[in-house]
Amino acid sequence: MNFDDTPEEAVFRKEVRAWLDANAPKEYAAELKNSGFGHTALKGVDVGVASKAWQKKKFDAGWACLHWPKEYGGRGATPIERVIWQQEEGIYAALSSLFIIGHGMCGPTMMTYASEEQKRAYLPPLAAGEHIWCQLFSEPAGGSDLAGLRTKAEKDGDDCVINGQKIWTSGAHYSDYGIVITRTDPNVPKHKGLTMFFLDMHTPGIEVRPIKQVNGQSGFNEVYFTDVRVPDSQRLGKVGEGWSVSLTTLMNERLSIGSGMPTGFPDLLDFVATLETPDGPAINDRNVRSRLASWAVKTSGLKYTAFRSISALSRGEMPGPENSIGKLVAGATMQEIATFALDLQGQAGALVNPDQAAAAARFQAMLLRSPATRIEGGTDEILRNIIAERVLGLPADIRVDKDVPFNKIPTSAKA
Amino acid sequence: MNFDFSEDQKQLKDQARRFLENKSSSKAVRRILETPEPFDRELWKGLAEMGFLGTVIPEEYGGLGAGYLELCVIAEELGRSVAAVPFSSTVYLTAEFLLAAGSEAQKQKYLPRIAAGEMIGAFAYAEGVGNASARNVHTSVSGGKLSGVKLPVLDGDVADIAIVAVKAGKGLSLYIVELDAPGIARTVLETIDPTRSQAKIEFTSAAAELLGAEGAGEEIIERVLDRAAVLTAFEQLGGADRALEMARDYALGRMAFGRPIGSFQAIKHILADMYVSATLARSNCYYGAWALSTEAGELPQAAATARVSATQAYQHCSKNNIQVHGGMGFTWEFDCHLYYRRSNLLALTLGSLSQWEDTLIDRLAKRNAA
Ligand SMILES: Cc1cc2nc3c(=O)[nH]c(=O)nc-3n(C[C@H](O)[C@H](O)[C@H](O)COP(=O)(O)OP(=O)(O)OC[C@H]3O[C@@H](n4cnc5c(N)ncnc54)[C@H](O)[C@@H]3O)c2cc1C
Repeated sequence: MNFDDTPEEAVFRKEVRAWLDANAPKEYAAELKNSGFGHTALKGVDVGVASKAWQKKKFDAGWACLHWPKEYGGRGATPIERVIWQQEEGIYAALSSLFIIGHGMCGPTMMTYASEEQKRAYLPPLAAGEHIWCQLFSEPAGGSDLAGLRTKAEKDGDDCVINGQKIWTSGAHYSDYGIVITRTDPNVPKHKGLTMFFLDMHTPGIEVRPIKQVNGQSGFNEVYFTDVRVPDSQRLGKVGEGWSVSLTTLMNERLSIGSGMPTGFPDLLDFVATLETPDGPAINDRNVRSRLASWAVKTSGLKYTAFRSISALSRGEMPGPENSIGKLVAGATMQEIATFALDLQGQAGALVNPDQAAAAARFQAMLLRSPATRIEGGTDEILRNIIAERVLGLPADIRVDKDVPFNKIPTSAKA
Repeated sequence: MNFDFSEDQKQLKDQARRFLENKSSSKAVRRILETPEPFDRELWKGLAEMGFLGTVIPEEYGGLGAGYLELCVIAEELGRSVAAVPFSSTVYLTAEFLLAAGSEAQKQKYLPRIAAGEMIGAFAYAEGVGNASARNVHTSVSGGKLSGVKLPVLDGDVADIAIVAVKAGKGLSLYIVELDAPGIARTVLETIDPTRSQAKIEFTSAAAELLGAEGAGEEIIERVLDRAAVLTAFEQLGGADRALEMARDYALGRMAFGRPIGSFQAIKHILADMYVSATLARSNCYYGAWALSTEAGELPQAAATARVSATQAYQHCSKNNIQVHGGMGFTWEFDCHLYYRRSNLLALTLGSLSQWEDTLIDRLAKRNAA
């Protein structure tokens, strides 16, 4: 048992370090270190511009989407090399949040289902950060129950015509392309009548309306489709197989393992060490320490769970199911930590201006962002269902709508 | 990165599991629970024959001289089978005290007998209610004779020798006491987990021999408890995993309202949360195992992390195992209570959970400040 690189891994890490050392945008390092929790702000430069510049630089040197094949913009790196890159890129990865959905979800889906010509045309600019992609899956009637979606696509000559509405689409307001899942046959059970496409977000008939979030930002949107024509050649997978295409998108996430999801614990530990109370530093309080200990072991547990998965990758194996706990633990822990950090600040815990609030309003940002972590990409409840069913082998939920044609399923409106 | 046990270690684990499924079945554990017999002598003999008692004891003292990773996988299996033997007191504590601080003569005298299964050890520290520390130890030594009352001492009723913590000025010293000598009275105590017995030991001018330097007790205890914490965490992990499996299996088989109870989300989510806590504990235990086996400078932090995480996981899994079983879970007949008892016992040995939480944050804060 050791944390050491194999000789090949060590050589690779050295190469990564050398390149980062010579090329990383060190001028942002201090600010990036203090950003996070939905707040990446840089003074004097637009984050989007800085992010695109960094992405392009990585692309030109072959470090963007490095696990993708060379011909599509990557360098054909192994899964473990990708992990090493992530570990070494460290704080600069905060400049990648614009591209996470495109690189993590849309790219792999294109890789599996698009034509060779399309892959060569669309993937390199995606890897380079020249194009931003979004994922148009969720709808008012289909979030957790994604297969309940209602956006229609109808064949018309060589095109498909899309009508309907998507919601919660992160980044749709600045995206160039998107992958969209639609219903092509309402007469069959819901999972069977779905079809996936990719499209240009500037296609006529697409209207994007930002939604204001709890934390005041507008990262996600409503997207309306009115007679939007998409060439049938932009279909991903066969007609009616959209559900399995969407699963490919989600399965790819299994291989993207960082070094454990952030919980906010290191921030809290720093904070309580310096926070003065009438009885001395807050960390000397036994109650504070007991609360801290539970979050410490969760944070450490996530880190070493990731290490176990990385070890499997290093041996050339698929990681086990242990990674399925990551977001579930991290989201809830972050929310608890934020609440507790505000509690320690007393009434001043309500302040949100970084110039006025303790710890530059870090924990307030965390408080207002953390509810989203527990919802996006699968709610806590859905994740528990998945662990129970796929890891522990418990029976699937009884589905009253499973074998019913989609257009006969009761809805909120009709029930 | 290779943050996993080796193939050989996994084979050893399988071997230990097969051995314990056979020798430490629930029937065997229940015999200790239900009769005055204090521990499973048959199993103890078997553990000696397998070489498990001397896993990390060097060959020159009659052990196998294998590593701590090997001992970790054995510990996990002992925990899984709720083995009714004084393994932790003897192997994680007494042998470790001797290895950490014993003179050559002391090691020669005791370690071979421990490895052979001929000698049981106990660590006598607490003196009544509350976590033991230099501040509440009153037992003393004068002229080589030890006097005081230790309570409770895990496996103190069956031990042949005890490592006894004794007041030394503001600190502590450690002494070895052979428990068949004059001046020793032992009373068996009734506890929440009768499969691991505990005793009160009254020493009245009992013969005692210094272990380690005079006044070095606290330092040695801290060192040994960290090591024992990692090993105990593996026992807790084994128990937690087994409790999760029992609950999962029952949820698949038990029907209510015309369907398996495992199809109800309330039950599925309990089980998913058990999986989460057991998985976090496993990863933290591996961290502890790595630190223990490499003598890493991080051992104090890793040991406390593993200890807190595994204690929480075992308590969480064992109580919810009963919940998932419904009324059956509260019967003497079903095995759920064996795990419930053991999880709550192990949460208190070596210092209780709240003390380890405190220790963990102490150590993290120090590292963070450095
Ligand atoms: C910040 C943010 C960004 C997002 N970005 C995107 C994006 O880019 N693209 C995209 O397509 N979507 C995106 N989403 C949408 C997200 O995937 C959905 O919000 C999520 O899947 C939940 O769906 P819902 O909102 O419809 O809630 P619902 O499904 O209505 O859930 C409401 C409640 O019911 C519970 N529930 C529902 N079904 C079950 C069940 N079977 N068992 C137990 N409990 C259940 C849920 O857990 C939840 O507590 C984003 C969401 C957020 C918050």
